[in-house]
Amino acid sequence: MQKRRMIKWLLVAVVILAGIGSYTTRSKQATNQQSITAVGSTALQPLVEAASEEYSAEHSGIFINVQGGGSGTGLSQIESGAVQMGNSDLFAQEKAGINPQKLVDHKIAVVGVTPIVNKKVGIHRLTSKQLIAIFTGKVKNWRQVGGKNLPITLINRTQGSGTRVTFEEYGLNGRESAVAQEQDSSGTVRQIVSSTPGAISYVSFGYVNKAVQPITINGIKPTERNVMDNDWKIWSYEHIYTNGQPTGLTKKFLHYLQNDHIQKTLFNKLGYISVKDMRYQRTWQGKISKGSGVE
Amino acid sequence: MNRVQKQSQIAIIVLKAIAGFVVLILAFLIGYIFITGLPNVSWKFLTSPAKAFSSGGGIGVQLFNSFYLLILAMLISLPIALGASIYLNEYAKDNWFTSMIRTSIEILSSLPSVVVGLFGFLLFVVHYNFGFSIISGALTLTIFNLPLLTRNIEESLASVADDQRQGGLGLGLSKYETIIHIVVPAALPGIISGVILCSGRVFGEAAALIYTAGQSAPALNFGDWNPFNIDSPLSPLRPAETLAVHIWKINSEGIMPDLTQVSSGSAAVLVLAILIFNLSARYIGRKVFEKMTSMN
Amino acid sequence: MQDQKLAKQLFKKSKTARYERFGRFLCLCALLLIMAIVIGIILFIATKGMSTFLKDHISMKDFFTGTLWNPGTKTPDGHAAVGALPMILGSFLVTILAAVISTPFAIGTAVYMTEISPKRGAKILQPVTELLVGIPSVVYGFIGLSVVVPFVRNVFGGSGFGILSGTFVLFVMILPTIVSMTVDSLKSVPTYYRQASLALGATKWQTIWKVVLRAATPGILTAVVFGMARAFGEALAVQMVIGNASLMPHNLISPASTLTSVLTAGMGNTVMGSMQNDALWSLALVLLVMSLLFNLLVHFIGRKGAFSK
Repeated sequence: MQKRRMIKWLLVAVVILAGIGSYTTRSKQATNQQSITAVGSTALQPLVEAASEEYSAEHSGIFINVQGGGSGTGLSQIESGAVQMGNSDLFAQEKAGINPQKLVDHKIAVVGVTPIVNKKVGIHRLTSKQLIAIFTGKVKNWRQVGGKNLPITLINRTQGSGTRVTFEEYGLNGRESAVAQEQDSSGTVRQIVSSTPGAISYVSFGYVNKAVQPITINGIKPTERNVMDNDWKIWSYEHIYTNGQPTGLTKKFLHYLQNDHIQKTLFNKLGYISVKDMRYQRTWQGKISKGSGVE
Repeated sequence: MNRVQKQSQIAIIVLKAIAGFVVLILAFLIGYIFITGLPNVSWKFLTSPAKAFSSGGGIGVQLFNSFYLLILAMLISLPIALGASIYLNEYAKDNWFTSMIRTSIEILSSLPSVVVGLFGFLLFVVHYNFGFSIISGALTLTIFNLPLLTRNIEESLASVADDQRQGGLGLGLSKYETIIHIVVPAALPGIISGVILCSGRVFGEAAALIYTAGQSAPALNFGDWNPFNIDSPLSPLRPAETLAVHIWKINSEGIMPDLTQVSSGSAAVLVLAILIFNLSARYIGRKVFEKMTSMN
Repeated sequence: MQDQKLAKQLFKKSKTARYERFGRFLCLCALLLIMAIVIGIILFIATKGMSTFLKDHISMKDFFTGTLWNPGTKTPDGHAAVGALPMILGSFLVTILAAVISTPFAIGTAVYMTEISPKRGAKILQPVTELLVGIPSVVYGFIGLSVVVPFVRNVFGGSGFGILSGTFVLFVMILPTIVSMTVDSLKSVPTYYRQASLALGATKWQTIWKVVLRAATPGILTAVVFGMARAFGEALAVQMVIGNASLMPHNLISPASTLTSVLTAGMGNTVMGSMQNDALWSLALVLLVMSLLFNLLVHFIGRKGAFSK
């Protein structure tokens, strides 16, 4: 009985000593071990993650935490100050419920959105009239637009998805698509389109792979060049918002994202377009003007 | 042979067929997961960190995170569930108030894990400012886990025959001592199977962790075991993507070229890990049971 | 002096009694902690869910009978498009169908495990069920996407996404939960029930059907409730195979949606405090209330049909 009790107290003493020991010998370079958090758009997530991976490899002890959650979450989290960076596919002014006063916009990239269809459908070009007819539900079979005899399976992103807003605004000329199946992520959408005969949806350029067929609209191919010239109109900025002007690690990381090295290597690989390469710019209300808007 | 005996035989054959069908379903599922996944699993896969956009990434960090979160969540929820079940089963009076308590615990279990995850996000990540961290994830998992665990432990305690309790009281032990030293050990197999069932669910849980433990995994320095450093594996304040969340993430937003291989490999590793965990927990539980009650 | 000390000693609680009080207090605290969590979550969902009606002034009629879900816009006839009826029906259908298909298989397996071949049951079926529970919902979702959806498409027609696919996926997911809890309740039926029945000349099946199952009915019903609860609350796996189209489910093979799938998919795109976000929390509130109703219903049935012990 006595021995058991002694062992118990000995264990407790060991744990306490270990705790004190770890605390006093913890890494004193607390300033080197920093981490910041970016939350928001899933379209921007791959890019920021890739960049943070490279950044952490070059500066050890720094960690940039990238979470998804959607543009809505990103904007509301940055507004409340819970995180350091809010990723969004939309301008803050476009999102209901957000007060854009204190938010500072940093346009990080431009992303193009293209319709994709299942390969069995057999077509790779449409006119914008046909596109609108398909997405508003007026056309129900691929036969009617020159494809095989397959019923059209429409797949949308969820309401409020940045990609969807961009597609409806600039691809469907502001028309709303019919009520149809919805998925909440580009990856799932791509998977469904690649495996369901007759399926059509839309994703950003970075997600297009050999399993799905991108569509040429009105003779314009969905390429980065065409987006830069604003011939391909379905594109949007990817924003990182900060609460006030960025400082410290946030500032360094944003600089890193905007410098040429990253923009020329990473962006290309992942299918994003550098803002500096754009020949035209666009305001949140949709006004087009010449010049990239970035010096 | 008369009619009822024939009925009995037919019924038994039907039951065998049903059980066989269930085994078949599992065999198919496991077979599918392993056949598509195991070819992608190698030692390098199991130990290297994930890559965001190039091929060759592994799941080392995520695997460790899954286990760490599981152990932490279980450590927190087991005592609470045990205490609550003991009170409900042994002390609480059998009236409508107790049934109401039981009902509300059952309701908690039917909440979608997403809602629990969001609640955890708003409470632990934002309000208490733990950020996306292991501790937020573990606490959320505890909330998620408690109803099922409490129910399971309660059932095991209830299945212990009353003779045991009366024997204990007869020997002069207080009620609490009887419970701790006689009833709980006797109920141990049921409790262990309850713990295993819940661990299985916790290990594979993604929705509750997406918003709490996070979707990112800092590279860990496995040489540093000081819990107060951020890249130490033991630090509870670091974001910790688990295996299940990783599978979800790369399938939703992954752009690496070897996406399907990483995903199926991770699924195979996950299921394998659960299998090993189950078998060893059973084995250890049996040994502990034999030692504590000298029954077998 | 001695007398007073003695009196004090006699009136103090013994060490065991203090230990007893302490232990009982600890357990009570644990229970209160759980209750606090439950009440906290319920209050949270209730206040957020009700704010759609109280703060954003949506009428309950629009919510429960409307069939178009697009919060923030208006339907062609001027109502706010917050119709949750398609999702309520979708959740309902998929849960009940999955439970209806799953329960006979689950009870059959459980009976096999406890009554007919306990040895084989323990060695093979127990690890099998536990393993099934462990497969994460994401994996079920992806297997559903790659196996169940093409299967439904080829055999039943349509695009493969719909309530039927959701039912198949959920059937496998809730099976182990129901099996495991049924096994527990079957095991707690005292052996002398079975022995008495056999002694009276009943066959094995008659014993099982008329005695054991009847005695274990409350436990079995609890197992079914837990299974349905899991089906009801399952989000990730169902989301991938049901299609998430906020349309009224008019047959089993066209895309439909459940409360959980819409909730999961939409949460990230809304902003905390906006009307769209509140509307989603109202869906969560509906989920909560419906599961409460399920629960009460099943317990009511249980009380009527069981043996009194």
